[in-house]
Amino acid sequence: MAELALELTAWQWWDLLWHFMGLSLLAVGGGVSVLPGAHRYLVLQQGWLTQTQFSASLALAQVAPGPNVLFAAVMGWHVGLNNGNVYWALLGGCVGLVGIVLPSAVLTTVATRWIRQQSERREVRAFKQGMAPVVVGLMLASAALLMAPYQVVETDWKLWILGLVALLLLWRTKLHLLWVLVPAACLGALGWV
Amino acid sequence: MSVPQTNEPSPGPKGLADLYWAFTWIALQGFGGVMGVMYRELVERRRWLTNEELLELWSIAQVLPGPNMGNLSLIIGERYFGVRGAIAAGLGLFSVPFVLLMLLALAYTQSAGHPEVMGALRAVGVVVVALIAVTALKLLPALREHPLGFTACLLAIPLTLAAILWLKWPLLVVLAVLGGSYCVLTYRALGRGAAQRS
Repeated sequence: MAELALELTAWQWWDLLWHFMGLSLLAVGGGVSVLPGAHRYLVLQQGWLTQTQFSASLALAQVAPGPNVLFAAVMGWHVGLNNGNVYWALLGGCVGLVGIVLPSAVLTTVATRWIRQQSERREVRAFKQGMAPVVVGLMLASAALLMAPYQVVETDWKLWILGLVALLLLWRTKLHLLWVLVPAACLGALGWV
Repeated sequence: MSVPQTNEPSPGPKGLADLYWAFTWIALQGFGGVMGVMYRELVERRRWLTNEELLELWSIAQVLPGPNMGNLSLIIGERYFGVRGAIAAGLGLFSVPFVLLMLLALAYTQSAGHPEVMGALRAVGVVVVALIAVTALKLLPALREHPLGFTACLLAIPLTLAAILWLKWPLLVVLAVLGGSYCVLTYRALGRGAAQRS
């Protein structure tokens, strides 16, 4: 839902697109790596999204089939919604989509042949392996950012239990994500977590 | 006419539309695990690639910035029909899912804060966190073979957490400073390793 009352200028819309395009090129190790960047810009710096909208955008993108990087489109949707109505939301969705997909897509399409030829080179291997530990750190930072709002022990402890159970199930068993996601959603809908 | 269960790879996608619909179909089956679907569809069912080819292309998709599955679809599309193939495959992966997601966002918005919906999404959000954490945990064992050694890699975690959560550095700075340092150190370690072996 719209939780803020914004009035973005055209320049700010352009800035939003530009920022997503930047994140597109910074998405080493996958789309999830840029969550801290998106959070910092949208929630902390610009104040265009609330924390709830940020988390909800990610959750919706996960629930829907397809690449999860579309969370950017839902975040854009919420920015537009905060800006006034569903039409702005749709614009925001398009801005998020184009921003997060286009630059890396162009780069990939152009560079794929070259990378294949160069993949054994020390520089390329150093890049790929060098970034890996930092990518792990970024993912854990994303997890921390997303759980940060749930610090009130009385109301939130069940959520943390759910998280731990989900973690163990997804890590140690071969259960498909849906077997964890759907029951969790039911528990949430019933108000048990 | 063709004998079933042949081990011959098929000639690949018949055209741009074939690419588009193949990747649309892959995307629609992909709940947080598009890779598995890619394997089933492209290697097992359509036989456009062998498993080794898929893994090789995936490792390239990972090196290039951007969403891994998006990159992979572009790489595969490009392989068959060049730039237009990449576009067809990429559009396949993103277009229908985008429309569906916008509809879902609309439905969510219209649900106007019903506690059931909010509660469900809250729980889903926590599962997403678990999924992200698990992805990170699953990447850890591969770091044992890292040129810099496992301990040095583990050190990246508190450093990155501090940079993001405490120093609140922008992502670009984190990648440039921490990522860059690790890349440079890895580069040198790779050189030392090669020198020792020769």
